Amino acid sequence: MSVPTSIPVPAVPTGPAARLRWTVADAWTITGRALAHWARQPGQVVLGLLFPVMVVLMMGYLFGGQMRVPGGGDYRAFIMPGMFAMTMLFGIETTFAAVATDTQRGVTDRFRAMPMAPSAVVAGRAVADMLHSAVSLAVMVVCGLAVGWRWHDGPGAALAALALLLALRFGLVWVGVYLGLVAKGPESLVAVQILVWPVSFLSSALAAPSTMPGWLGALAEWNPLSATVTACRELFGQTVPGGGSWAAEHALELAVAWPLLLVLVFAPLSVRRYRDLDR
Amino acid sequence: MTTHMIVATGLRKRYGGTTALDGVDLAVPAGTVHGLLGPNGAGKSTTVRILATLARPDGGRAEIAGHDVVRDAARARSRIGLVGQHAAVDEILSGRQNLVLFGRLYHLGARAARRRADELLAAFRLEEAADRPVRGYSGGMRRRLDLAAGMILAPPVLFLDEPTTGLDPRSRNEVWEAVRDLAGGGTTVLLTTQYLEEADRLAHSLSVIDHGRVIAEGAPDRLKSRIGGDRLDVVVADPAALPVAAEVVGRVCGAEAEVDAAALRVGAPARDRAATLTEAVRALDAAGVAVADIGLRRPTLDEVFLSLTGPATEEATV
Repeated sequence: MSVPTSIPVPAVPTGPAARLRWTVADAWTITGRALAHWARQPGQVVLGLLFPVMVVLMMGYLFGGQMRVPGGGDYRAFIMPGMFAMTMLFGIETTFAAVATDTQRGVTDRFRAMPMAPSAVVAGRAVADMLHSAVSLAVMVVCGLAVGWRWHDGPGAALAALALLLALRFGLVWVGVYLGLVAKGPESLVAVQILVWPVSFLSSALAAPSTMPGWLGALAEWNPLSATVTACRELFGQTVPGGGSWAAEHALELAVAWPLLLVLVFAPLSVRRYRDLDR
Repeated sequence: MTTHMIVATGLRKRYGGTTALDGVDLAVPAGTVHGLLGPNGAGKSTTVRILATLARPDGGRAEIAGHDVVRDAARARSRIGLVGQHAAVDEILSGRQNLVLFGRLYHLGARAARRRADELLAAFRLEEAADRPVRGYSGGMRRRLDLAAGMILAPPVLFLDEPTTGLDPRSRNEVWEAVRDLAGGGTTVLLTTQYLEEADRLAHSLSVIDHGRVIAEGAPDRLKSRIGGDRLDVVVADPAALPVAAEVVGRVCGAEAEVDAAALRVGAPARDRAATLTEAVRALDAAGVAVADIGLRRPTLDEVFLSLTGPATEEATV
């Protein structure tokens, strides 16, 4: 065996512009890797896309008949914005699993020992997950239209609502990256998979907080998920069951503020953790 | 004048309350293979992690090809290849996709990355499995792919952290061959291992490390003659004979004998091999000790470390 040893070593960039070019190129390569994963496991991707659809059918048709929405309206239409937001929350599992597996297997260490931009690995992950979530959201919109949900305030407001949903997902990407970097291994995924449920249910996604016991309702109204869900219902021109709390009154502002806060807290934490990752 | 590709002085590292490294010095000349030998938890991997820019030292400094691993980490990284303890490859992608991915991240162009992947797949005999997902690879194939990924840039410095742990003998030979090949081509290799034999086969020089310190260093031959001599082992038939056997063996070998009461065994270093053995048989017979088994054997690594970490040999340099 002989290993060919003549290879021109690319020079490390010195200027900020050249460094940025490397970062973008590296992030794109990492995104391409995630796309290649999907191409290799199409079944898993389809299953992931159909799971929230199943939850819609289950909630809408099994429980829906018995549900009465405060303020009137169809229950299936009521839960669709909630399901959109829950789909964004479920995405945290994808982020977490990918990051935790790489960290456990030593792939993250290989990246860290390479002359590549530290931010590129997490940025590439973020781009891939945002693409994935945009596709999930598109599937869910089609699903919503099929079960009778509609937007009533024009396409502009509807697109703004979808943008808020993706903003929530972007905030959650960084939570997922951080948790994946600090986790002991991909086994902790089960914990994440379980935790998304109480976080989903303890919000305005599937039930109006006004119908919950007082303190629980207050908690649900302050859930970041609720802010996005309520803001989306407003933007879609749907019935919004009045909560009366400050959080419910300022849902739109909070739907912008919460994701921003998540990014501001978890993005620096993630980058620092990645740099100092050392077991 | 010798150029040193890897230089470390006084490396220190603590994890919580435990001291992982307590002042490690290393100097590896260009184009040589240097072995870091030591038991689990001795500090071998921590040393490699610091040199590969994965961990920051709490004290001391290190340079790779003249680039400081902390202050000039980016440049140091473009000079190194790292093959860690676990095969750090993407399980879902194929072997070829893995190599192209890492090639792109080393900033080879798309075409150059593909060409390099082809070369390495051929060199590591992975062509046949190249387009299958790595998940289905055997342990040896994974390790070869891992090595290939570490050699994408044909780096002047290559770190191999226990590269043959868990491999079957055939795969181990393949890895050894690859390492020798690289060193022959001018690559400087730092190799950690728990196996005396591996270090002996590959390394031009060795550092024996324990409790975060280099406790001995030198060429394998010199080190071995000091720490790797044969041992005389005597198993007695009757436990009551142990003290007498220990006295006799100690006298014959000229060193204090170690007694393993549970195994009814007495052992000591045998300097003159056959002569020591003959003399021991005669002396034990004369002392009236019933011998169940007697023989010469190579020392285990445990014994090597025991002999090195003993009070008399602390801080020794061969």
